[in-house]
Amino acid sequence: MKVLLCISHVPDTTSKIRFTDNDTAFDKTDIQYIIGPHEELALTRLLEVKEAIGGMTITVVNVGLKETEPTIRKALAVGADDAIRVEADPTDALFVAKQIAEVYKQGNYDLVVTGKETIDYNGAQVGEMIAELLDLPSVTSTSHFDIKDGKAQLEREIDGGKEVIEVDFPFVATSGKGFALEPRIPNMRGIMQARRKPLAVVQAVNQEIKTKTNQFYLPEVKGACTFVDAENVEELVRLLHEEAKVL
Amino acid sequence: MSVLTYTENWDGKFKKSTYELLSYANEIAKKAGTELIALTIGEVDNEELKSLGNYGASKVLVVKNEKLNDFIAKSYSSAISQVAQAQDAKFVIFANNVSGRALAARTSVKLDGGFVPGVMQLPSSIEPFVVRKKAYSGKAFADFELNSDIKVLSLNQNSFKIIEDAKEIAIEEASVEIKDTDLGAKPQSVEKASGKLLITEAETLVSAGRGLKGPENWGMVEEMAEILGGTTCCSRPVADLEWRPHEEHVGQTGKVVAPNLYIAIGISGAIQHLAGVNSSKVMVAINTDEEAPFFEAADYGIIGDAFKVVPKLNEALKKFKAG
Repeated sequence: MKVLLCISHVPDTTSKIRFTDNDTAFDKTDIQYIIGPHEELALTRLLEVKEAIGGMTITVVNVGLKETEPTIRKALAVGADDAIRVEADPTDALFVAKQIAEVYKQGNYDLVVTGKETIDYNGAQVGEMIAELLDLPSVTSTSHFDIKDGKAQLEREIDGGKEVIEVDFPFVATSGKGFALEPRIPNMRGIMQARRKPLAVVQAVNQEIKTKTNQFYLPEVKGACTFVDAENVEELVRLLHEEAKVL
Repeated sequence: MSVLTYTENWDGKFKKSTYELLSYANEIAKKAGTELIALTIGEVDNEELKSLGNYGASKVLVVKNEKLNDFIAKSYSSAISQVAQAQDAKFVIFANNVSGRALAARTSVKLDGGFVPGVMQLPSSIEPFVVRKKAYSGKAFADFELNSDIKVLSLNQNSFKIIEDAKEIAIEEASVEIKDTDLGAKPQSVEKASGKLLITEAETLVSAGRGLKGPENWGMVEEMAEILGGTTCCSRPVADLEWRPHEEHVGQTGKVVAPNLYIAIGISGAIQHLAGVNSSKVMVAINTDEEAPFFEAADYGIIGDAFKVVPKLNEALKKFKAG
């Protein structure tokens, strides 16, 4: 079983977000980068399944410049077997999906896994685009993932509930809530091994750019919290009605 | 040329979010100077279909095909793309819910269009087409320019108000061809909370955290949600401890919500939680700890013991609702 796991290289959740060049570009100064939290959970679950069934290789792929390699190495330290970096400054989701679809075609994979969404653009679209480019079935917002007797056993989130779904290999799964609970942390041995694991760099293929980001904005600075005395809850009701107009 | 919206139905019924979506798509159709067509898959009665005309649709196309009995992103997006091509749709607009997101991404690839997911307001310009969405988990916004001939959008829930624009609506059936290779997946069993208001659609959310000490104390939270006509949700630790079902978890790794009113009871306000709720229009925090980070994000706050404050607040809300 060969699994291709797509990982994003994104600012740490606690980062202060700033822009530069008249708010047309993300300001990378002092930003700590991490594996996207959804992909980190997806990797954790894939490793659990691998340990249970054996005979699985997990390849992580990232579309990015050399600066993403520490993030890729971290995924190798957590336990992925090898890695591929597609040399490109990613422009939009379709561009990224196209690169990963190309990697898939070269590698004879049985399964592609992506996180639910990246935490920078929050697009939640790359997984489905990969599936469409490759004409594969997909399972979105996968809340339970297992492989038993060579068959995928999945549960997916639907609006208002969940559903057990059977799907034929090869397919694309995007992770959802419940895929794994706590991300696995690399240990010292993993970090040492990661240095020697293969990280291939491949060239990007062409893809017409259909969307581009022109301008970023920061939200308006929120006014200070209006405190209401715990003994005077009627005042909160009045404020919500008269001032905030939400009651 | 047309604007096509995919109006999903739930057991033959539409929802408030359907009408938000139509209202949004209708404004786009007006700006583009063309008609708005709705598309739905499966059995829906005529009365329900006609309701789509109240929000600007001049035609609704109903696709009935037994291969579409189960929701499979691949087959549904194939059906939608076929209709979009037949109708010469230049815009295809979806709700940004679990199914809509997946369908929009696939449809954009099939139609060789560009896709902006999770838009939250009308485009600032049609030519070039520029539209805004959230970025960095709600910590910023970004303007996206779409330069493809066919434009695919998905609209965030609770982000656009319903605008009535009554039209005489034509109801027609549309046929599509679904290949067996468009399936590839088969749902087996469904677990659905019937009749419960969806967290992602509710206008009011009453959310509680570990500060409530145990699942047995959720009665007052549910009561508040009921008084306010909303629904309950929770922080991640509460779901992880299984005090509440995982479906109720809001936050970065749970559901991302944008209600009019979000009331957080006993939730400290970790950045991962705020990432899921920071688009709420008004936020109220109730917490014993005056240093709780939620107070920095909240519009209104009460420093106090939830077990004392919430029952009193429920009484005050009941009195207010009774007029």
